[in-house]
Amino acid sequence: MKFTINGKAQEVDVEDDMPLLWVLRDELGLTGTKYGCGVAQCGACTVHMDGLAVRSCQVTAATAADSDIVTIEGLGTPDSLHAVQEAWVEHQVAQCGYCQSGQIMQAASLLDMNDAPSDEEIDVVMGGNLCRCGTYPRIRAAVHSAAAKIREA
Amino acid sequence: MGRLRTITRRSFLVGSVAVGGAVAFGTYRAVAPFDNPNEETLADGAATFNPWVVIDSDKITLIATHADKGQGVQSAQASLIAEELDVELDQVEISFGIPGPAYANGGMGDAMAGIPLYEYNASVERTRGFVNGALRAVLPMMATGGSSAMPDVFLKLRDAGATARETLKLAASQVSGVPVDQLKTAKGAVILPDGSELTYTSLAGAAAEVEPVRFVELRQPSDWRILGKSHGRTDMLPKCTGTLDYGIDFNIENMVHATVRTNPNKGAPMKSFDAADALQMRGVQDIFEITNGIAVVADNTWRAIKAANAVSIDWEKPTYPLEQAEHWAILENAIGKEEHLNAEAREVGDVTTAEGTEVTADYRSPYVAHAPLEPLTATILVSEDRVDIWTGHQIQMMVETFVAEITGVDVENVHLHNLFIGGSFGHRLEFDYVRQAAEIATKLKGTPVKLTYSREEDFLQDFPRHITIGRGIGKHKDGKVTSMNVDICGASVMASQMSRMGINLPMPDTQLHEGAWDYPMLNLQNNRVRSFRVDNLAPTSSWRSVGAAPNVFIYDTMLDETIHAAGADPMMERIRLMGHGQSVKVLEAAADMCSWNGHKVGPNTGRGVAYGFSFGVPVVTVVQVTNTPAGIKLDEVWVAADVGVVIDPNNLDNMATGGTVFGLGHAINCEITYANGVAQQENYYDHEAMRIWQCPPIHFKALENLEKVRGFGEPPVPPAAPALGNAIFAATGKRLREMPFNKFVDFV
Repeated sequence: MKFTINGKAQEVDVEDDMPLLWVLRDELGLTGTKYGCGVAQCGACTVHMDGLAVRSCQVTAATAADSDIVTIEGLGTPDSLHAVQEAWVEHQVAQCGYCQSGQIMQAASLLDMNDAPSDEEIDVVMGGNLCRCGTYPRIRAAVHSAAAKIREA
Repeated sequence: MGRLRTITRRSFLVGSVAVGGAVAFGTYRAVAPFDNPNEETLADGAATFNPWVVIDSDKITLIATHADKGQGVQSAQASLIAEELDVELDQVEISFGIPGPAYANGGMGDAMAGIPLYEYNASVERTRGFVNGALRAVLPMMATGGSSAMPDVFLKLRDAGATARETLKLAASQVSGVPVDQLKTAKGAVILPDGSELTYTSLAGAAAEVEPVRFVELRQPSDWRILGKSHGRTDMLPKCTGTLDYGIDFNIENMVHATVRTNPNKGAPMKSFDAADALQMRGVQDIFEITNGIAVVADNTWRAIKAANAVSIDWEKPTYPLEQAEHWAILENAIGKEEHLNAEAREVGDVTTAEGTEVTADYRSPYVAHAPLEPLTATILVSEDRVDIWTGHQIQMMVETFVAEITGVDVENVHLHNLFIGGSFGHRLEFDYVRQAAEIATKLKGTPVKLTYSREEDFLQDFPRHITIGRGIGKHKDGKVTSMNVDICGASVMASQMSRMGINLPMPDTQLHEGAWDYPMLNLQNNRVRSFRVDNLAPTSSWRSVGAAPNVFIYDTMLDETIHAAGADPMMERIRLMGHGQSVKVLEAAADMCSWNGHKVGPNTGRGVAYGFSFGVPVVTVVQVTNTPAGIKLDEVWVAADVGVVIDPNNLDNMATGGTVFGLGHAINCEITYANGVAQQENYYDHEAMRIWQCPPIHFKALENLEKVRGFGEPPVPPAAPALGNAIFAATGKRLREMPFNKFVDFV
């Protein structure tokens, strides 16, 4: 099966029903995408597939085949941060940080579609991303900051 | 491991560093006879004199051993050293270190001295010092828990940095010929009077040859450049870029992926299993029996979990009651009974003869899961004469002890490499996942095995927060509370948790009254708190704030009911009763933040206040809710606390917010219940806690009036639940006496 992952062509030999999450983590070593629940309840595994945020634990390898996947590693790097990551660092959002890859990928997807979301819109779109540490107020603030960065860019 | 050996080894090292050209610093030799764990793995060209600072010709390494499960303690530890060492946090590497008694936690004894932590004087401090010293001498234990990290390291890490700095200055003086008192330090370098710099790394070899400075006066807080200011966590950038490796991300050559299914009737054996179909599945390498269940070894985590689910297993039933109703009934039957008495924890005046109109109520606090987002995971490689463990754990040396027992390898050759943890809330105080990984890795000797729990296994095998019931009689007269009489009965969480470490709890379980017996109320004439203990329920474990979570809910709600019955103001009456100066200031700060006095809320809106004292920290939470047609809506929250010394205001604010969200979310919708011996909740759809759309704005103010620095990982949790319940009462007139609240009211 072939994918484009973070701009790079990748080929793996896996079952059709292996979730994209495990293709990324265990077959390709892209561990920035996290396993939290396996049933689309936590959003820690969120990646972009052909520009849309998806729960990679619910997308099978067969479904993802031939699509363009972006993971947290491809969104930005420590030396070249995406606006959302910049805002996350500025607001010091993370505590344990385990959900934040998914939060950031979901937020980036939201801002692709809407660069000036209200609190209510943020709550709706980010509502599927669970944070056990309770960083929600900072997530909201950081999404607003990232939106401003994107609008000014 | 006596003093003689320590001194001998040190002499050897002093000799060797001249060759190696590297050095490490600290005064710990002056106060502790323990070996420096850095000596164990010292490479050529590096040396170490003390546990916390290592400098070689390439880099400066700060050792920060407290486990970081999200609370930012690695950053905090590094900043304490860096403040005095005069290095910037981006100039250093930070390591979780090599486990050893040199890192024994000296911050846990305060709470074990049997004196409420709000009491502070010279005699009390001597008693606490004695307990801490005895603990250190008898059971030097590395542990991150009990919100004890800052009390543990606040002095000793600054001391390690200061003595290292002064030793580097001595070396620079020898190298340059400039007297020490003319030298300055900044940004990892000694600065000479002419402005030229000698970097610490360039001085490592010279510094290794001078006798380390032992006693240095620490800087005053007014001179701090890092501490007390928001400096940005060192783990933030990696956590925001997916580049931080948690235990679950660990990878090593030839590693196989394993998962387990063990008896959900916790602690009971497996009768039989049939893995014939599962063994045929792709990628499955082996399936075999382990303690109370099976392990599946595969070439991919998902394949292992899928195969594990395809194994049919017959389980034995547990020794605890099968149905949840029986668990509650056992507590109901035990409360108030002499034979179940755990402690007469507080007795002031006489609650039976106290005057006033009675208010009585019963309370319940359920089993609640830890369920951090990173499932339990550990990687172990058993080699011929050595074992390596890569995982995140809060009691590091005990991990090595248990793995040594299972693998049969001498504990000195068992090495834990502690890693960042994706949330714990007490989960990583337990050992089952490490024991299981050790069992599997022993069978697969020579092959590294990463064990990863499925989320379902993580829920089903969790040892949740203990269940608790409370029975209170409050009295009031002339608009004032005159008496509080609270009985608490719980499953003994300490006995359960310690039994899994092979320890019989040798005393009453203080967690069964923590947060209630030390709810100050120094101006209340009649106050009694008794705790009652039950031991035969489902196994439980410390859940963020442990006993204070249920007990503050019970005590504070009972108090709130009595205050309302008296017709008094909930804030003013708490202030009147409290009698503990710093706690009163916290109450006043919270009242000020939310304009409690004179603020008029709208129709169907109400405010509740709660006070919680845990781990030495007074916290006041005010919650405002509105009763809407769609249910209770959380409007706004105010939190004030006194932590003695603020290390990083921004991170403290994050802890306050997070702990409050944690307390509120679980109070709203979380419980673990047993049916036929098995927990009925197995994923987040059954046990959700708070989502972003339910999260109100939360305001926080920190005070620094306490005599000592205190930890803040847990204290924000206990008052959140009663503040919410008290607010719902204020808005609706409906009193909630049992968590989770969504069994009784709807939430937006």
